[in-house]
Amino acid sequence: MTDHLASLAEAAPRLAQGLSVTVQLTIFGALLAFAIAVVLGLMAGSSSLWLRGPARVVIEFFRGTSLVVQLFFYFFVLPQLGVDLHPMVCGVLGLGLNYGAYGAEVVRGSINSVPAGQWEATIALSLSPAQRIRRVIFPQAWALMIPSLTNLLVHLMKGTAIVSAITLADFTFHLDQLRRVTSTMFSYAAVGLIGYFVLALVLTGIMAMLETHAKHKLGQGRSLRAILSPAPTVAAPGGGAA
Amino acid sequence: MPTAPEQNDDAARGAAPDAPVIEFRDVGKRYGDNVVLDGLDFSVRKGDRVTLIGPSGSGKTTILRLVMTLEDATEGYIFVDGEPLTHEERNGRRVELNKKQRKRIRQKIGMVFQQFNLFPNMTVLENIVEAPLHVLGHPRAEVLERAGNLLEKVGLADKADAHPSSLSGGQQQRVAIARALAMDPEILLLDEVTSALDPEIVGEVLGILRTIAEETDITMLLVTHEMQFAKDVSNRVLMFDGGRIIEEAEPEAMFSNPTHERTKSFLRAVLGEDQIGTR
Ligand SMILES: Nc1ncnc2c1ncn2[C@@H]1O[C@H](COP(=O)(O)OP(=O)(O)OP(=O)(O)O)[C@@H](O)[C@H]1O
Ligand SMILES: [Mg+2]
Repeated sequence: MTDHLASLAEAAPRLAQGLSVTVQLTIFGALLAFAIAVVLGLMAGSSSLWLRGPARVVIEFFRGTSLVVQLFFYFFVLPQLGVDLHPMVCGVLGLGLNYGAYGAEVVRGSINSVPAGQWEATIALSLSPAQRIRRVIFPQAWALMIPSLTNLLVHLMKGTAIVSAITLADFTFHLDQLRRVTSTMFSYAAVGLIGYFVLALVLTGIMAMLETHAKHKLGQGRSLRAILSPAPTVAAPGGGAA
Repeated sequence: MPTAPEQNDDAARGAAPDAPVIEFRDVGKRYGDNVVLDGLDFSVRKGDRVTLIGPSGSGKTTILRLVMTLEDATEGYIFVDGEPLTHEERNGRRVELNKKQRKRIRQKIGMVFQQFNLFPNMTVLENIVEAPLHVLGHPRAEVLERAGNLLEKVGLADKADAHPSSLSGGQQQRVAIARALAMDPEILLLDEVTSALDPEIVGEVLGILRTIAEETDITMLLVTHEMQFAKDVSNRVLMFDGGRIIEEAEPEAMFSNPTHERTKSFLRAVLGEDQIGTR
């Protein structure tokens, strides 16, 4: 047991490094995925075939080919075509495009669930198509799409684990090293489980706050501030939360 | 068959000074095989208050939606201030106009919906100033002052910063009326604006509309089942059935002395047996 702890302590800096790679992949991958999801989702929901057609092709392509194969393509094939990408860029690109394609369906679906009457009111008030989306429809769809986006985000976070296939030393990569050194499954599994679980917990928590905020802006539920701040009667003297 | 007046394109697009504010010429609307409107001809003059009545499914809402360009007619032509709204006749063929045309004309028209359709992501005040600020591009101070006056008029000056969801149905509809008026429309379309409301608050909304009718010269096209309101506000009533106008009269005459059998039975159903007949 002490052996395990000693080797864990020794491995801690490298694990932390790996964790930081995983977190970076998650954050940048998710940001790219979200941007792609919004663009493709809006295009896929458009009434114009010129926007809808290409969006559908892209969405189906990236949903229908596996993430590993896409990563291999960016990492091994693109250099042969003269495009040399840093492995981190390959990872973010792969995650962003793959989960962006899934996210596009979520975005399209929630925009469709905004009641038709809202669209009609925007037309009656002469809002331009861009204003309709930006100022009225998207803010309402946003609150609807957060739960599904949270699912995708957690999947994306776990999906980062396969980037070790393209030489990136992420959390999983270092855990694997740890397993080789100690030749015991225990520490590997336990640290891995806890590490990813805590990450998922943090992501879910952030998304839950975003959802509370978005709903409050639609007049549903209490404000984030009201929920996070301790009730006046319970508040410890001088102790403000967050 | 409508005969298109001989005129060149420029004349057809320019507003004609004494043209009716709204004119339907041989308008048809169908959804697949379902013919909703059929060869509809009518016109509304400036300052007219026209009430559309008729059984459910007779196409009243559809008419308002056509004027608001929420739908396109499948046949015929609609003119606003003498200008074709979505389609015009060129060389005997019905052609769709550039979308700019409807965008421009749309700004003259306001609509109040049965379900209010306030934007839930905005406060009451934001709902009202949204289009004047961002569509018309009017100066902020001016828009805010006007919005304040309108809120005052609909009796909700204290609710400017409230969320629509915290208001009662009647209050929401009053905001929706203020929002439509904030665009200073020439034409106001009102589609059963009280039928989603509890009976005891119908009056507050109708009262405001009566005031607007008295104080402004906005042309109104309205659909309502509130016959007393129709009588008070409108100067003309059109009875619809089967996608056509089957009877047209001043409200007094229409309600007390309908000629058409369908009108009689419809009004009997709406008003109750005893209220119709000879005076
Ligand atoms: N989007 C649509 N697709 C297919 N049919 C439609 C559509 N909108 C309306 N209709 C049909 O058009 C007909 C007329 O509808 P409309 O809403 O204009 O009637 P209405 O006179 O307003 O009735 P009500 O008094 O019930 O409001 C109905 O038969 C309806 O089923
Ligand atoms: Mg209707």
